[in-house]
Amino acid sequence: MDDKYKNEFGAFAPRPQVEKKFYDGKYILAGLIIFLAMVALPFLPNVGKTIPPPERQLDTPVIKKIAEKDRKCIMPTEWMRANHMQMLVDWRDNVVRSDEKGAPEVREFVSPDGRKFLASLTNTCLDCHSNKEKFCDQCHNYVAVVPNCFGCHLQEGKKLAEAK
Amino acid sequence: MDFFKRHFLVALAAVLGLVVVAYVGAQTKLQILFGVVVPYLAALIFVEGLVYRLIQWARSPVPFRIPTTAGQNRTLPWIKRDLDDKLDNPDTFKYLLGRMALEILAFRSLFRNLRTELRKDPDNPEGARLIHWSYKWLWLGAIAFHYAFLVVVLRHLRFFTEPVPMPIQLLEHMDGFFQFFVPAVYLSGVILVVALFYLLARRITNPTLRYISLAADYFPLFLILGIGISGILMRYVYKVDIVAVKQLALGLVTLHPVVPAGIGPIFYVHLFLVCVLFAYFPFSKLMHAPGVFLSPSRNMVANNRWVLHVNPWNYPVKFTPYLEYEDKFREAMIEADIPVEKES
Repeated sequence: MDDKYKNEFGAFAPRPQVEKKFYDGKYILAGLIIFLAMVALPFLPNVGKTIPPPERQLDTPVIKKIAEKDRKCIMPTEWMRANHMQMLVDWRDNVVRSDEKGAPEVREFVSPDGRKFLASLTNTCLDCHSNKEKFCDQCHNYVAVVPNCFGCHLQEGKKLAEAK
Repeated sequence: MDFFKRHFLVALAAVLGLVVVAYVGAQTKLQILFGVVVPYLAALIFVEGLVYRLIQWARSPVPFRIPTTAGQNRTLPWIKRDLDDKLDNPDTFKYLLGRMALEILAFRSLFRNLRTELRKDPDNPEGARLIHWSYKWLWLGAIAFHYAFLVVVLRHLRFFTEPVPMPIQLLEHMDGFFQFFVPAVYLSGVILVVALFYLLARRITNPTLRYISLAADYFPLFLILGIGISGILMRYVYKVDIVAVKQLALGLVTLHPVVPAGIGPIFYVHLFLVCVLFAYFPFSKLMHAPGVFLSPSRNMVANNRWVLHVNPWNYPVKFTPYLEYEDKFREAMIEADIPVEKES
């Protein structure tokens, strides 16, 4: 029964005996190895290493001057980590692009606990966090983000403004 | 419930269920499960399933060479063969490579897609006319989706490598070239989701296609849509601590897994859907990715006219030579005056 090939008209031929082997196995194996090697390639240099995330340095002169208990950012740290870029862009849009761009209140930022700040990257953020390399850049580099803030807002720019 | 709705809704419910599982799971203490155990498990299932399927495929006999009718096969020297004939019906390995490259990189088979339609035609006595017209939209949707997905996957290498290789940074730059919105909108993400919606709409709106679409067709579409949408939401709306995300991703590939605290649940939804995609891949239609390399009508030189190929499953056939036949029927043949080779 089993050695007959069957279709709806009945048995008509012995079941074909297909040799049990790999057909073009070497090509398939080569393709598989190439694929797995390509996938593994970017990860291989770091396998087994422990790569610590960048540590944000908070030991700038301005922060050190503030009493320990008063050292808090204008927004909660967790929120800032995820959303600071959105806030900076909102500030920029308010100051540069909104209808009331000259008005003093668009340059004012009130934190959730009621403190008032000047909405400014150079004068407010970079005042405390004057260590741009240790505070901004290393995380941006870590996740390969290139913000275009610092095309204009350079530390040197601030010094020039103070000198005038 | 009709056939289409059942297959559509089952797939949709499955993906939404996965989203809920990951969302709820990330809220509990199970972050180690969703952040470490499931990704490793998914990678293991992916590699193991891939090797298993490829071994299965390798054990199947390779069928006869199939010259395609789309191109003139090599024949008498005065029959003209242009470049497209040589590419469609290759007679040498060089042109075979050309055909495979066109198939894999440019989806040539889809580009030749035809659509058969009854068009209204007042000049025709029956008021309609059957036409077969070149239909490129499927090709466009497919190629847009595949290349966008490739760019998205390559872009994600920035979370898995340290330092991030230059080509990946360059790719990211090009992808965010138009610099609108903050963070900059990646074109590949937009194209990916738009192409997926087209491919889904195509299945739903075309009645013949809807009839043959099964849950296994809708599920990958919904799953990749879920991945795309959760990724886009995570980047532009429900932002997460990206440094912690990279710490987790690097931990996975350096084999020192860590689960940093404070990553939003949307990240775990995204990650879980990706893991499901990896685990699902080897057992689904998505295996067309390695399968395209093994398409028998594409990957063999059509040289049947000058090389003998023996069918691997030929079996010994019992046949009767003419003389045996004559021996058996000689007397009857002589009686009926049929000429014979031997008289007795």
